[in-house]
Amino acid sequence: MSRDRTRRDADRIDVRKTYKLYVGGAFPRSESARSYEVTDARGGFLANASLASRKDGRDAVVAARKAFGSWSTRTPYNRGQVVYRIAEVLESRRDQLEREVREATGVNAGGARAEVDQAVDRLVWYAGWADKLAQVVGNANPVAGPYFNLSSPEPTGVVAVMAPASPLLGLVSVVAPVITTGNTCVVVASQPHPLPAITLAEVMATADLPGGVVNVLTGHQGEIAPWLASHLDVDGLDLTGVDDADLARDLEVAAADNLKRVRRPGPEDLAADPRLDRMTRFVETKTVWHPVGT
Amino acid sequence: MTEIPTPASPFAYAPAPESTSVVDLRTSYGLFVDGAFVDGRGESFTTLNPATEQPLAEVAAADAADVDAAVKAARRAQERVWGRMPGRERAKYLFRIARIIQERSRELAVLETLDNGKPIKESRDVDVPMVAAWFFYYAGWADKLEHAGYGTTPVGVAGQVIPWNFPLMMLAWKVAPALACGNTVVLKPAETTPLTALLFAEICQQADLPAGVVNVLTGAGETGRLVVGHDDVDKVAFTGSTEVGRQIARAVAGTRKKVTLELGGKAANIVFDDAAIDQAVEGTVNGIFFNQGHVCCAGSRLLVQESIAEEVLDRLRARMSTLRVGDPLDKNTDVGAINSREQLDRITELAAVGEEEGAGRWAPDCALPSTGYWFRPTIFTGVTQAHRIAREEVFGPVLSVLTFRTPAEAVEKANNTPYGLSAGVWTEKGSRILWMAERLRAGVVWANTFNKFDPTSPFGGYQESGYGREGGRHGLAAYLQEENR
Repeated sequence: MSRDRTRRDADRIDVRKTYKLYVGGAFPRSESARSYEVTDARGGFLANASLASRKDGRDAVVAARKAFGSWSTRTPYNRGQVVYRIAEVLESRRDQLEREVREATGVNAGGARAEVDQAVDRLVWYAGWADKLAQVVGNANPVAGPYFNLSSPEPTGVVAVMAPASPLLGLVSVVAPVITTGNTCVVVASQPHPLPAITLAEVMATADLPGGVVNVLTGHQGEIAPWLASHLDVDGLDLTGVDDADLARDLEVAAADNLKRVRRPGPEDLAADPRLDRMTRFVETKTVWHPVGT
Repeated sequence: MTEIPTPASPFAYAPAPESTSVVDLRTSYGLFVDGAFVDGRGESFTTLNPATEQPLAEVAAADAADVDAAVKAARRAQERVWGRMPGRERAKYLFRIARIIQERSRELAVLETLDNGKPIKESRDVDVPMVAAWFFYYAGWADKLEHAGYGTTPVGVAGQVIPWNFPLMMLAWKVAPALACGNTVVLKPAETTPLTALLFAEICQQADLPAGVVNVLTGAGETGRLVVGHDDVDKVAFTGSTEVGRQIARAVAGTRKKVTLELGGKAANIVFDDAAIDQAVEGTVNGIFFNQGHVCCAGSRLLVQESIAEEVLDRLRARMSTLRVGDPLDKNTDVGAINSREQLDRITELAAVGEEEGAGRWAPDCALPSTGYWFRPTIFTGVTQAHRIAREEVFGPVLSVLTFRTPAEAVEKANNTPYGLSAGVWTEKGSRILWMAERLRAGVVWANTFNKFDPTSPFGGYQESGYGREGGRHGLAAYLQEENR
């Protein structure tokens, strides 16, 4: 971290933090050994963030795939507890995140506080959905014959997520629904505001979230996203944070190679109460039949 | 015609052909646009009876101007009539259509068999009853949408492109939910099976369905591309190959169009050593030879537990030897004609590759008619996961047999495919069924049964088998706007 906010004593040299990636539960630097300069809302230097490469993207997909088996088969109750735990740890580190949000976006203290409040509350909201979504979007189906027939939602798999610019609330709003339902993900953080994303990764790493369930890459969206969009071991693509319509179209075209489920970008008020659509976009309906007889 | 195997036997089947007199085939058919049949501006084509290779009728092809006219008609009907009509009134039209389908069921069944080549037993007992049931089911939703959880706002104009394997059933799966939700449709039936869709257009006329609500455009792939690509289409629904599904997904990228895709499959039918073997064999036969294997959810890979593999194969061969292959109009026929020369070539080629790659090929020694497109029910043994016949969708009566030892190995092999449409599990152990069902990455899991469909039951795939669900409450989602979810 930077500058005099953390300095109490003019004689002491502060220890700055290195912001790295979050992949497979660890915090590696980019394999490309590149970084980029992150500035505050007025253009002042904040920190150097890792500039993730195509290879980092592929490593993150491997980590997400590896984590999928155990995360997707945990009980929904357990997943709900983990997501709730993220909210708890986030609440406990709110001072740091408020400061980072303020520095990144230039909002005032009240605005930053409100954003952290909403991020925490949103995690709590999604945590409660983990063991309820199947009851709301599943179905017992009354087929015309002697068969038991049940439809239930299941996670799609590995989802690549392009996070929106809102550095904390936006990130939580796109990640929480994806993992609550049992998916794992690779998130490309907001390019101008990556620091809260890495701090959120630290929160998740200490909140019982298994490594690889969420992987956070920082860097250029336009550089990493095409590799994730065309990656054959990625099952879903959330384009929420892609503002460039041409890039969004190209990514959707690339996603067609293996028929990824795509959430297109669109106008959205992140401060408004969420609906189910972010969860239902990345679940599959599985229907099981069995004969009834003696 | 099928040879009678032992004419002297009192148990031999005598020919039992269904009469075609119930069908009034015209020599040529136009497009159905805005409530009327019109000439197409594209180059018309001939649709054949694949069992005889004889022409059935000349069918119009829609060009870009025809597509535009149909979309305009659909838009007008949606905005001025259908979208404004109270759900309870839309429901009554759909109930009416369902009733007419039942009244004209034999005519539809015979025409379907003539155009498609599927056994009359199947079109009569499976396809057409299912079509009526689909319209009945969704008719009832039209005035109950506010209870379904997807909002009540229709998407608008739906462009729907359907395949040749279940021509009328796929029409029903697409048209019934679209109309129930207040959308209008432009439907493109498959090039080789346009006739029942055109008869359905007549049924819409009989039902006095308002003009433009249903439009039927016949033609080949280019017509389908035009429908999918038309700027004023709000929703694209496609059932067909994964390759065309990919093209559609690319074509709609960056647009506002909603899409559902129901694509290919390579389903595993998994038989454990404690299964009821005769039922499992019957389910396996049904899973791959039903509808000549022209089924996207066909159980085209048999995964049998190693300890019972020989026994299962013996019984499978014995059962296959009793399948009656031949005249689709014969009421005793089990396996009909391959739908087209092109598809027969594809099946023939992949089967040859199976042999070249070292798998053991077997088919019962049954006589085939001298004209028409035919392929014997065939199994390949000693198939490995690397073989093309274990990876690619054959879309024909060809079964690849693989073995496994443990449930975990069965899951791994079953899921080792880019597809994920369906799977079958055969075991008498309940906990194992549920354990398997949880782990199989497929949209439909049939346990101790296979190839069951119902209008209340959602159907659709994981991964490269496409996205979206057809059937059930879930089937409404594709045809309602997402703003309220």
